[in-house]
Order: sequence, then structure tokens, then C-alpha cells
Amino acid sequence: MSLSKLNSLYREVILDHADHPHHKHALTDATTTMTVKNPTCGDVINLDIDLNEDDVITNIGFTGEGCTISQSSASMMSDAVLGKTKDEALKMAKTFSDMVMGKQHDQADLDELDDAAILSSIVSFPARIKCATLSWWALQRALLSSQQEESDGEA
Amino acid sequence: MKTDISDLRGDFPILDQLVNDEPLTYLDNAATAQKPNQVVAALTHFYQTDNANVHRGVHTLAERATAAYEDARHKVTHFIKAAEPAEVIFTKGATDSLNLVASTYGEANIEAGDEIVISIMEHHSNLIPWQQLALRKHATLKYIELTPTGELDMGDAETKITDKTKIVAVAHASNVMGTVNPIAALTKMAHQHGAIMVCDGAQAVPHMPVDVQALNVDFYAFSGHKMMAPTGIGVLYGKRDLLAAMPPYQFGGEMINFVHRYESTWNELPWKFEAGTQNIAGAVGLGAAIDYLENLGMSNVQAHEQQLVNSLLPQLTADHQIEVYGPHDPARHTGVIAFNIKGLHPHDVATALDMEGVAVRAGHHCAQPLMETLGLVATVRTSLYIYNTQDDVDRLIHALNETKEFFSHELIKAE
Ligand SMILES: Cc1ncc(COP(=O)(O)O)c(C=O)c1O
Repeated sequence: MSLSKLNSLYREVILDHADHPHHKHALTDATTTMTVKNPTCGDVINLDIDLNEDDVITNIGFTGEGCTISQSSASMMSDAVLGKTKDEALKMAKTFSDMVMGKQHDQADLDELDDAAILSSIVSFPARIKCATLSWWALQRALLSSQQEESDGEA
Repeated sequence: MKTDISDLRGDFPILDQLVNDEPLTYLDNAATAQKPNQVVAALTHFYQTDNANVHRGVHTLAERATAAYEDARHKVTHFIKAAEPAEVIFTKGATDSLNLVASTYGEANIEAGDEIVISIMEHHSNLIPWQQLALRKHATLKYIELTPTGELDMGDAETKITDKTKIVAVAHASNVMGTVNPIAALTKMAHQHGAIMVCDGAQAVPHMPVDVQALNVDFYAFSGHKMMAPTGIGVLYGKRDLLAAMPPYQFGGEMINFVHRYESTWNELPWKFEAGTQNIAGAVGLGAAIDYLENLGMSNVQAHEQQLVNSLLPQLTADHQIEVYGPHDPARHTGVIAFNIKGLHPHDVATALDMEGVAVRAGHHCAQPLMETLGLVATVRTSLYIYNTQDDVDRLIHALNETKEFFSHELIKAE
């Protein structure tokens, strides 16, 4: 069929994650929660994260509505950052963002992203980059806001 | 009169290209229309032979540019059947036109406790200016709701429009549902209660004959770019007595009569509302687009689109995997059709269609309150224009079938 070009975006791994997303549930009493919206399409991701005292992500879950790309990206992101420290996760978010913008990055950094690295193909679908980055953006904001709250608390 | 559509496509070289190795099928006309050679040539001619600032020079080019600009205003006047050119104000587009009314007429006439009535199918451009005006003035904003088939509920309009209503603002044609609203009837209702009627004609003027005096609306807004003119030019029609009583919108060059140190007086209509150097070439382009449409005849434009809708809409509504929003009766439908493939996100559908060369819009179409009312986050939207053909309809249907097949294992089974 002539839609074969679509296979470069909708790879099997991506479709699998969209079909059976990992960590798609809300956490009760999460340390931080963040809701972000893609204003151009109305897609929503609610992200819940548990951080322990060593700033390690010990649990993660997401809910919300979205397209194949945003749902599978949230699933792959959750897989990738679970068990990482806040700083590691923030670095991964930066790597992901560089990757989808087509910027240069270390192969080692890419490997860290695990399945999520497969979304590098989004570079050829510029209109869909926001779909891929929505959950990573939620992650970044959640982690930075937890920092904010802490320093607010200390002050 | 030239009405053979196969003839028209030669006027639009942009349509003759491959997108993702497939012939381009442009079905995003509600967002913006393509420009025929005649419009591009008018712009080129203006810049190559007549360009100067208007109303500001005694030299020959300035006179020619002024004549071209005012000639365009005459064409608009005739096209929408306004009473006189003084009632035709050039703006940046429909959004600018509607903001103009809200921040001049609205600012001067709305008081605490007054009511502004709009419909739930409004584009954000005919919603937020009124919402914010109501907030500023402590006025009440009310919405006319929809019938189950997605048309304006005129019974609800009767109850919402009261003696407290000062402004009624409703779209002539919806940019999502493909409905045409009974503007003349609404205007009558508004006037019976002493309110003025504002009509957003952005999706109507490009596609059907419009007569602002027959509608008897007080204000009528539309954009040039959706009717094959350049971006950045639009029109606000207003009745003379209302425009004359309104304060200016912006202050600056050209809109003044005399400026003294501590006070100023304003230019006469329509220039009172045209502060600063205007989009002169844009107006010239709009004039050329009107020539193009008038040469075809607006009834023929409408009939052509209707013929394509008669073919497309029943194919979509008959497909049990597709949900169409808005009326299902082709006779009650413009060339704007919003739908979803059940179980598929509209973004995924639009990307797949794009791979087939088919350009549609996916999203909330700047109508979030409508989407919320319909219980939707987003839809796919296809929209037709004069250069679309039965071929385009067939390609869309084919591409939709391919899309369903591509995603069949992954998503539709999950239903
Ligand atoms: C019904 C309606 N009103 C207003 C607008 C705003 O037009 P513009 O963006 O040209 O100002 C649009 C276009 O998107 C529209 O479809």
C-alpha cells in the first residue's frame, strides 16, 4: 500500500506502546503531579511521579488523551526514566528534545533513552514533534516544580 | 462566464505539484484558500507600476495607488451589496474586524448588567472579543445552543435574546459544522429587542452570494485570504450611522482631520478607522480576487461546492467507522465537513492523509467551547473550494480507506 512511508513514523514499537501503554494509571499520593496540554490539538497528559529522599524516581504513572505518538511517547518516557535520579531524567529530557529537533547528540546519551530513541524519526514529521515532546515536557516541569517547591519550603 | 472547473486549475499552479510523491489534494480551504495567477499578477502589477503611499501625495504614483486602493473598496461595496464605500473599512482580517467592533462600539455602548448573545459554534475570533468585553464591563455573555443535528437552536435564540441584550454576534457559516445560520431571522430578533447584529462572515463570503443590506446586519466581518486574496487584508462592513457615532479604533496617520497639541479631530468614514499605512497591495489583491469570483458568479461557486458535498458527505456518513459532526443532510451543508475515524486520533489521520498528498486540518479549529459541547478534543476537517474536483473527493475517500487499513490492526481492533 502507498502508506508505506508511514511505517517510518509508526514503527511497530511505537504502535505497541500506543496500544498497550506502560504506566498508564494515576498514582495515589504522588510526590509531584503535572498536567500539560498541547494547545494546538487539546491533547492532555497528567503525569504523577514519586521521588524518594535521594531524588530517585521510584514510581511513575500517566493518564490523559492523545494521539498514537503522544501516548506511546509517554509510555516510553515512563519506562526510560523509572529508577533514574532527577538529574539523570532531566538530562534525558534534554537529549530527547535535542534528538527530535534533529540536533547532534552522543550515542551514549541516546542509548539511555531506550525505546524512546526510536522517535528520532519524528524529525521528518515536523508537525508532530509537539506530540512526541508533550510527556517529556510534563516530566521536566514536574521535576523542576518539585525543586521549586523544595526551595520554597526551605525559604 | 467561465464555469468549467477543469479550466480553473490552470489558474492555480500551486495545485499542480506532488506532495509526498502524490498529487496534492488541497482540502484545507477553510483555513486559507489558494491564490489564482490573476491575484498574484495584480500584486506584481501594483508593486511594479503603481506602488506609493495612498492619500498622501500629489504625485502621479500616489494618485494611482490611491485610485487602486479605493477602487478595491468599490469592488467590495458592490460584492457584498453595501450601500456605499464609506461603510467598507479595510482591516487585517475577520479577527481584526470583530475586535474593532468590540473595542469601539462595544466599549462605548456596553454597561454593567447588559447582555451579549453569541452562539456556541463561534470561532474564537467571534467569541473572545465579546467574552473579554463582558468581563471588562461586568456584562453577561450568553450562548445560543445547538439542535441535536448541529444547527443553531432558534428556539433557544428566542429565549436568550431579551430586552437586556445589546449585541448579538453569530457566524454566517460555521467553520466546523458546515452549517449556514439564519442571519436575517436573528437580525430581526436582535432588532426587535433593540440590540445590534454582528455577523462573522469569514466562512460565508468566499462561498455564497452575500447581501449585507438584505441580511440587515449592523456589522459584517470577513477575511480576504479565505477568498483567494492575500493574507493580511480583510473587511469590516458597518452601517453608516453606527460607524459615524463610534470612537476610532486606533490613532495615527490618515485617520485624522486636524491634530493640535492637545486635541484632534477625526477623518470622515471610512478612513476614520484606517490608522497608519494600510495593506494597500492586499486591498488591490482583494479587488482582483473579487473580480475572479464575480467572473465565475457566486451562485456557480456555491453550486459547484454543493455538487461535491452531495458526493462526499453521504460517503462519509454511510461509513460506520466514521463519525460526522454537524448536519448529515448535504442540502444543509457547506463544503466544510468535520469528522473522525472512530478509534483514531485526528492527528494520526491527518499525518496519514498527508502521506497521500491530501491536506486537511486536524485540531479544535479555534472553537474550543464548541468542541467541549460536542464532547470532543479534536476532529479532522476537510473543506472545499471552487478549484476542487470530483477527483479530489475520490482521492480523499481513497486515502481515508488506506488510513483505516494502515491502522486497522493496531487501533480499530482495540475499539
Ligand atoms: C468563522 C471564522 N471566523 C473568524 C475567522 C478568523 O479569520 P482570520 O484568522 O482571517 O482573522 C475564521 C478563520 O479561521 C473563521 O473560520
